[in-house]
Amino acid sequence: MTAQSCPRQHCATTMDSAALEPSLYTVKAVFILDNDGNKTLQKNLKNYYDPELYPSMKEQKNFELNVFNKTHKADNEIAFLEGMTIVYKSSIDLFFYVVGSAQENELMLMAVLNCLFESVSQMLRKNVEKRTLLDNMDGVFLVVDEIIDGGVILESDPQQVIEKVNYRADDSPLSEQSVAQHITEKLALTSNVLQSAKEQIKWSILK
Amino acid sequence: MIKKFDKKDEESGSGSNPFQHLEKSAVLQEARIFNETPINPRRCLHILTKIIYLLNQGEHFGTTEATEAFFAMTRLFQSNDQTLRRMCYLTIKEMANISEDVIIVTSSLTKDMTGKEDVYRGPAIRALCRITDTTMLQAIERYMKQAIVDKVPSVSSSALVSSLHMVKMSFDVVKRWVNEAQEAASSDNIMVQYHALGLLYHLRKNDRLAVTKMLNKFTKSGLKSPFAYCMMIRIASKLLEETEGGHDSPLFDFIESCLRNKHEMVVYEAASAIVHMPNCTARELAPAVSVLQLFCSSPKAALRYAAVRTLNKVAMKHPSAVTACNLDLENLITDSNRSIATLAITTLLKTGSESSVDRLMKQISSFVSEISDEFKVVVVQAISALCQKYPRKHSVMMNFLSNMLRDDGGFEYKRAIVDCIISIIEENPESKETGLAHLCEFIEDCEHTVLATKILHLLGKEGPRTPTPSKYIRFIFNRVVLESEAVRAAAVSALAKFGAQNDDLLPSVLVLMKRCMMDSDDEVRDRATFYMNVLQQKQKALNAAYIFNGLSVSVPGLEKSLHQYTLEPSEKPFDMKTVPLATAPITEQKTEIAPVATSKLPEKLAPSRQDIYQEQLAAIPEFKGLGPLFKSSEPVQLTEAETEYVVRCIKHTFANHMIFQFDCTNTLNDQLLQRVLVQMEPSEAYEVLNYVPAPSLPYSQPSSCYSLVRLPEDDPTAVSCTFSCTMKYLVRDCDPNTGEPDDDGYDDEYVLEDLEVTVADHIQKVLKPNFGAAWDEIGDDNEKEETFALATVRTLDEAVNNIISFLGMQPCERSDKVPENKNSHVLFLAGILWDPPAVDNDSHAHLEPILWISALVSSPRLSTATACSVFALCHYFAVSSLFT
Repeated sequence: MTAQSCPRQHCATTMDSAALEPSLYTVKAVFILDNDGNKTLQKNLKNYYDPELYPSMKEQKNFELNVFNKTHKADNEIAFLEGMTIVYKSSIDLFFYVVGSAQENELMLMAVLNCLFESVSQMLRKNVEKRTLLDNMDGVFLVVDEIIDGGVILESDPQQVIEKVNYRADDSPLSEQSVAQHITEKLALTSNVLQSAKEQIKWSILK
Repeated sequence: MIKKFDKKDEESGSGSNPFQHLEKSAVLQEARIFNETPINPRRCLHILTKIIYLLNQGEHFGTTEATEAFFAMTRLFQSNDQTLRRMCYLTIKEMANISEDVIIVTSSLTKDMTGKEDVYRGPAIRALCRITDTTMLQAIERYMKQAIVDKVPSVSSSALVSSLHMVKMSFDVVKRWVNEAQEAASSDNIMVQYHALGLLYHLRKNDRLAVTKMLNKFTKSGLKSPFAYCMMIRIASKLLEETEGGHDSPLFDFIESCLRNKHEMVVYEAASAIVHMPNCTARELAPAVSVLQLFCSSPKAALRYAAVRTLNKVAMKHPSAVTACNLDLENLITDSNRSIATLAITTLLKTGSESSVDRLMKQISSFVSEISDEFKVVVVQAISALCQKYPRKHSVMMNFLSNMLRDDGGFEYKRAIVDCIISIIEENPESKETGLAHLCEFIEDCEHTVLATKILHLLGKEGPRTPTPSKYIRFIFNRVVLESEAVRAAAVSALAKFGAQNDDLLPSVLVLMKRCMMDSDDEVRDRATFYMNVLQQKQKALNAAYIFNGLSVSVPGLEKSLHQYTLEPSEKPFDMKTVPLATAPITEQKTEIAPVATSKLPEKLAPSRQDIYQEQLAAIPEFKGLGPLFKSSEPVQLTEAETEYVVRCIKHTFANHMIFQFDCTNTLNDQLLQRVLVQMEPSEAYEVLNYVPAPSLPYSQPSSCYSLVRLPEDDPTAVSCTFSCTMKYLVRDCDPNTGEPDDDGYDDEYVLEDLEVTVADHIQKVLKPNFGAAWDEIGDDNEKEETFALATVRTLDEAVNNIISFLGMQPCERSDKVPENKNSHVLFLAGILWDPPAVDNDSHAHLEPILWISALVSSPRLSTATACSVFALCHYFAVSSLFT
């Protein structure tokens, strides 16, 4: 009949004041985006998502779009969006993101981000850009798999990660340098074979 | 051949991205080469990458095609290419939930996890645990136990983390691995230690003693991993919180010692833990605050952010503790990371003096457009808090808020601003006109229906009482012309309030109302027609009842009653009196809200506390036919906090009865109580009719028992009564660990504190937005004057609070706030008194006593010890119900 009085509603914000439940589940999401405008999100690498955070792909995409819009302009390292702490790092045309809950220790998330970035950087021999990353996508998958397992930090030392993954970055097979390298290797091998053959003959004669 | 493949791929991928236009069917087609012999690792690797990429993109794979691809993939285990094998593991993990029969790879994975190649072992364990279900877990248990204590760190870590994931699935099996985890916890590898600790805590978290022991052990021996330290700090602070004891325990000492750790991560975790502890003293806070202060000047943005965010939290509770950091915070207000700058400024606003407010506000307005909505809300909340602290600054704030209101922003942000302006208006009467003007401007271009209706409602409430009400009419009527139905309807209601209160505006309002009667929407038309007719009567009582003060019943209750009525058709018209009254909203303590995902909590019209009780009580057969629940009191504690049994009572008042609900908790883990009831001995003519016992009361599971009491019929004045209460029950001793009770028990009883029933239990609060109109509506005939002396009360504030809590009535128009330096104050209270049975017995069967009290509280001189006196003017009103 008449407008009911509308009391001001205070949202329950218990989750903010409540201390963090001790748990190994630290990371809510890890993803890498590239920076060519709107279509970016068609070709990102979504390597890990906490299934409870954004269950559907559409929500994930929206979240990424929001994160990208808020972070790609300034390299500020850390942001707070949609109730999530987001640490990020960019390199040429790539953006690396690690997402944790609002109460998560920001430095822990930073440790994960640094490990991810350093590992990828070492694997790609410092060429952290979209083209090389796409050429070595399998390696990137393996790196993320070694750093995060279902939201738990598995490893935080890039050196360890690289050792465990044991992945040899794929140089473009057509580049002259690698062809030359290939030939020298082959040559070295042949000369080795020759060398050992010689030795063997020598020994057999001496006997 | 490889080159050819790559080339083709290059062309189709438009030269930049080989993964750009991947088609699922094409990729699955390609996956057929998995079956070729010999296996070409490079090509297979590429295809596996594509499959994982597609899965990551959220491409949907049907069960059949996924299973097909999965089976083809299993052939690749024949190859010894390392990367290929690792990618197989990944594919297994990704497909674990979409493909069928994934368990066929179990033997291959078991072989890899126990094999010689260390590179395979860890990832194989993790893949294996993804595809293992409860039934198969037994089969791999032996391997898992071995793997946990393996000397290769990656194997041990993988096994521990996988075990943690599997705890959700089968806690009992994983629990058997505790000893192995314990052994792993003393590993030299930092990650293994961290994972082992995490698993151990997870397995033992319900066992307080075990957790304490674990904590003692590791705090003494020291840890290597900073992650493990962070975990221990969290566990310690959780334990501290649960004990609620003082902070002089070894746990607190441990956390404090972590402030001197060499890892920043640990130091920050410890500082943050101390800051978040409830009841922390300034002395305990000081070391935490000083490390945070150091972090403020760190070159790392994340560290500065973490520090200032935590300081911001400290400032909410202990502004004085943060004052020492003011200088460091000042340096951060120009930080290039705007989140840091915003947090620094809002912290300074909380700790700084009144003089710095202007400067800080200027600084923040220079970049407010650059920060995200979450932080804008933080800013608005800081301003809101500031206005309460420094009321004189409201003009600066109001300007700032109105500028923010004009900027773009989401709903949460706009709502925060509107809420803030409304609270300023309520706190400072002199800011009312500017505030309303800003809000009027805002609704001229407002896309949020909720906010527009809220503001229109406020305008209807406050506008007519301003010196020039006519200027708001234009804004309101614009809404009628331009907006959606909901807003138009709200605008019509607001217009009606102007017409009802301002006689000189009435003719114009009627003209406008006539136009609204031609609206295309039913609700708008109905409202306009209704108000038109009420206004034309020109009767104050009608205006008050139908325009100013709306429904006094609870809306969910009304919905339920109407539904019930339609189910059982009867000749009688629907009786509004059968609907429970709305409980006046309890004004919550304003809490500071740090940025959280408020948007994620959808707001529902939650049924009020009383509606919930009404439903609970109606479900108990013994309490049928008592009529609508009139009032439920706040819980009263009947025991001390730290006793064997904790009992609290909620008093539910009905027309002729009262129900006492006793919420009991058993805090003894070696006892099971059965047939629990609370026996009551009344001091007056109250009659205990019935007890509903709680059938069983196990350890720490609260349960309720009830007592039904009839109110005395012959003596309507006996509203207050004291009950002596005794809890009676059957005790069965039980094993504290298993909860298994003994076969036989014995009766016992436990004396509780006395329970009082007072006047307040018989009066329901009602909120009358327009008290004056409600007062006039009843008329002078029902007026009664009396003067009381409050001998023990010294100040006006105290007197006002005492009267409110004694009568249990709703203070209206914010009259519960006593302005400073006054020696008299008028308090408006509204409430509805329960039907006294005596009245019920004679001819006025349907009387609803309404009680308005306007109390003039005065104290002769403020600071003297003279008692206050109350001059109460009561309108005691008994008319046939307005609604029938």
